Amino acid sequence: MTGPTVEQAITRAHHEEWARVVADLARRFGDLDVAEEATAEAFVAAAERWPREGVPPNPGGWLATTATRKAIDWLRRESQRDAKHQAARIVYDDTPPEPTGPVEDDRLRLVFTCCHPALAMEARVALTLRLVGGLTVPEIARAFLVQETTMARRITRAKAKIKAAHIPYRVPSADDIRERLAGVLAVVYLIFNEGYLAGEGDDPLRVDLTDQAIHLGRLLRTLLPDDGEVAGLLALMLLTDARRPARVSRTGELVTLDEQDRGAWDHTLIAEGNALVRERIEAVAAGGGPPGRYQLQAAINAVHTEAPSARDTNWSAIVALYSHMVLLDPSPIVRLNRAVAVAEVDGPGAGLAEIDRLAEVLDGYHAFHAARADLLRRLGRGGESRAAYDRAIGLAGNPAERAHLIRRRDQLAG
Amino acid sequence: MPRYLLSVHGTAERTESGTYPSHEAMLQGFADTGAFNERLQRDGHLVFAGGLEPATTATTVDGQGEKPAFTDGPYLETQECLGGFWVIEAADLDVALALAVEGSKACRGTVEVRPFRTAEPVRTRPEP
Repeated sequence: MTGPTVEQAITRAHHEEWARVVADLARRFGDLDVAEEATAEAFVAAAERWPREGVPPNPGGWLATTATRKAIDWLRRESQRDAKHQAARIVYDDTPPEPTGPVEDDRLRLVFTCCHPALAMEARVALTLRLVGGLTVPEIARAFLVQETTMARRITRAKAKIKAAHIPYRVPSADDIRERLAGVLAVVYLIFNEGYLAGEGDDPLRVDLTDQAIHLGRLLRTLLPDDGEVAGLLALMLLTDARRPARVSRTGELVTLDEQDRGAWDHTLIAEGNALVRERIEAVAAGGGPPGRYQLQAAINAVHTEAPSARDTNWSAIVALYSHMVLLDPSPIVRLNRAVAVAEVDGPGAGLAEIDRLAEVLDGYHAFHAARADLLRRLGRGGESRAAYDRAIGLAGNPAERAHLIRRRDQLAG
Repeated sequence: MPRYLLSVHGTAERTESGTYPSHEAMLQGFADTGAFNERLQRDGHLVFAGGLEPATTATTVDGQGEKPAFTDGPYLETQECLGGFWVIEAADLDVALALAVEGSKACRGTVEVRPFRTAEPVRTRPEP
């Protein structure tokens, strides 16, 4: 009976302690490579020894101590290859982290370093998943459909740049933190979206990525409990992920919100997400500053999840929230979403008029043509609707989404 | 302290007002760049700085062969070229990037920030 228990303990320790161990070593040794290798080796040691010796009473402490020993061993091995560097490499800072609250948590330093704006977006994503999330290189490569060697090289290059260019291992100053945090949240949300509606490949959903993004979202929430956008992003991901069980049919077809079986939604996640949205609404009402885009998107999702059906949704509230979002981010995609909601309040004609204004910028975007097709269908303009579905199908990369669009098109009369 | 090369890139084509849109813009650019250089000096960042003559004045040299080869013109014939540069000292990349933003504004050009190689050992492990 001890087998599965030890395995669970290792999985749990990996989930809870990986980022902490990497972040701590990175600060003390000043080297991300050493931190990553030593942490990975400590988990290998745990997998070998815990089944024999039992799970230690303090798994986090055991892993930290083991990883520190591994790091010193690793540096010794390295320095034997190049003895003159021994002195430089073996010295490390052994002071404990300053206990000045969560903002000084080493894990936050690690997150900001991995998501540094001087790194390419794909490098930020890969580094964050590896160093903060603890995914292996093959796992990350599989999730992004690239060769393992390509992903390994991407991570190695990013670490080399951090070192060569002296990207600092610290939480940005108060002047910069808003913008830098927005960059971190963008990385997490990109990971989530890649898992939730993969752009390419055969799997419509990649649960490993959505789970990992939510894990990162929870970690950020622990580290920055007072930040509205951190709470907003976590709420947004929870409320979106809650609908996952109803999102793809048994035949592998995407099921849109209006056709989903709402009973299949995950109500635990919805409750958690709604609690965060309520917390933010209260904070904003108490003068906590205007909500950012993630809080608004979370609020929109909260309106959807509390509606008994698509028809009985408070669409006016959704239009109002999107109007607010357009002010923050007047991008065509936000305006497209608003137009879809407008169609529910003011009729498909009004929605279509708004959508058609975006034709030039969104011509290459499948969701633009899919939204048009749906409104044209409702207006009884079958021929134009069919043509719009054809464009959408041609542009959609996700197989489940394509299947859904093909069925919709083939349902058109005549 | 880490050193960085801040190089300014712009169009290779130059008019009487250099790469600036007008004579007034050029004078203002010179004044702003001068002020920026003084600030670098004052705050202890400046190692060296300079503006370059147009790429057409360059001579490319290859001394690896038996006899040296001299070619009239820059190493790379491109639309964009190096117009000038700063060598600075900064505590880390964040400081260097913030200075590059100021420098870019002052000289009205795009700035590339590149770290100098330091004595810190280069990774001995090969890339996978």
